Amino acid sequence: MSVQVPIYLDYSATTPVDDRVAQTMCRYLSREGVFGNPASRSHVFGWQAEEAVEQARANVAALVGADPKEIIWTSGATESDNLAIKGAAHFYQKKGRHLVTVKTEHKAVLDTMRQLEREGFEVTYLEPESNGLLDLGKFEAALREDTIVASVMHVNNEIGVVQDIGAIGEICRSRGVVFHVDAAQSAGKEPIDLSNLKVDLMSFSGHKVYGPKGIGALYVQRKPRVRLEAQMHGGGHERGLRSGTLATHQIVGMGEAFRIAREEMAEESVRVRGLRERLWAGLSQIDEVYLNGDLERRVAGNLNVSFNFVEGESLIMALRDIAVSSGSACTSASLEPSYVLRALGRNDELAHSSIRFSMGRYTTAEEIDYAVELIKEKVAKLREMSPLWEMYQDGVDLESVQWAAH
Amino acid sequence: MAYSDKVLDHYENPRNVGSFDKSDGHVGTGMVGAPACGDVMKLQIKVNEQGVIEDARFKTYGCGSAIASSSLLTEWVKGKTLDEAGQIKNTDIAEELALPPVKIHCSVLAEDAIKAAIADYQSKSGSGDVAAESA
Repeated sequence: MSVQVPIYLDYSATTPVDDRVAQTMCRYLSREGVFGNPASRSHVFGWQAEEAVEQARANVAALVGADPKEIIWTSGATESDNLAIKGAAHFYQKKGRHLVTVKTEHKAVLDTMRQLEREGFEVTYLEPESNGLLDLGKFEAALREDTIVASVMHVNNEIGVVQDIGAIGEICRSRGVVFHVDAAQSAGKEPIDLSNLKVDLMSFSGHKVYGPKGIGALYVQRKPRVRLEAQMHGGGHERGLRSGTLATHQIVGMGEAFRIAREEMAEESVRVRGLRERLWAGLSQIDEVYLNGDLERRVAGNLNVSFNFVEGESLIMALRDIAVSSGSACTSASLEPSYVLRALGRNDELAHSSIRFSMGRYTTAEEIDYAVELIKEKVAKLREMSPLWEMYQDGVDLESVQWAAH
Repeated sequence: MAYSDKVLDHYENPRNVGSFDKSDGHVGTGMVGAPACGDVMKLQIKVNEQGVIEDARFKTYGCGSAIASSSLLTEWVKGKTLDEAGQIKNTDIAEELALPPVKIHCSVLAEDAIKAAIADYQSKSGSGDVAAESA
């Protein structure tokens, strides 16, 4: 079977909208469809839109074991993270001004924490273990009398590792700390049952689950009730927590995407995990490749690999037929390698040499096989060009070389 | 990120990839950069009795622009005297390859590499027998 290039292997960045989702969304835009403002109470246009929004809310809630009343619509997981962390910190600041998070969190969490630091809050950034997972003992030890909020992501966006949010939630609850989880990368991929988890706030994204971009949700637990200070003021939508006219078409899109995920997740994750294993089986035949992050406690569709002695950006350039992302942020002037891999204790060379492969609903085994062959060929070519590979082959210890850092 | 056609050409078809014997008295080797920074460039020149660079080889660990900068450099230095080669400026390389501002350091590294290769050759051969002391 022939393979069509370029092959999309960047499902952690975003996913295509499922055709079923796109068709549903189209019914909520134009004059022939349901275009009304869900907040309009005085006519059928509004009532129909409101009904669609509530159906979508129920679908999102059902996937994660929440009550629909606990779901707040936002513009995406970044906004959900901001609302959750700033909202809780501002509301509970009389109890204390200390927050705890992890160095490998998404920037939407880390940058929000930085903003709170500028406002006078204190934040502890925990280092994960070398497999990317958080040591629960270290987490508990970081909680203080004045800790009000902890934020730990469920599935890491770069390395795909799955944190034990059940256990972390137990610790937080016993210490009276509000627990926020960024679940942008896990909803629809890992089972989540909020009725059994001691999680107070959870962020979701539409576009990581074959829904549209520009829509997300925040779970705000009702029992026990967690309080937030709104960050967006206006018409008092979403129980006053997030004002702004509801984007009906986006919302029904996310609802439909989550409905489909609930039905197909179990089967899909088995299939995608098989593809991931196929990819790793192929890539691990190459000399000097390293897997970043724990292999077992990892979301099905993620593989993050460092190709030693090959620089990530040049590899991505060589792999133009496959769409992947590099941990190395070489396009920025700072030339900083991935902060996530650095936090794992990976050395700079390996951090500069990392590639994230993420696969999903439309990835095929043929595409994986094509990718493996292409990568083998291009890594060999770049290594032929690499002075580091030459030195390694000659038995030179690269650690012992005096480099002229620039 | 969009690369210029010239960067893509050098990246796809790099010129003069390889190595000379470092211990050869006619060979000068320059190795610059650091793995931690994401770029290491090794440039080697083979210099004849007249002080002219007869041949050049490179190996580069780095992004496409770093590979292209070093590939271009090997083309440029061939046939030049050490003095002439020492005059190559990073700005010439950046201009030829149309490097964006964030990639200027790649051309700087290439300039450092040729200077280091010349210095290595001169230290080996004794600086008196080449007319490039000013470099």
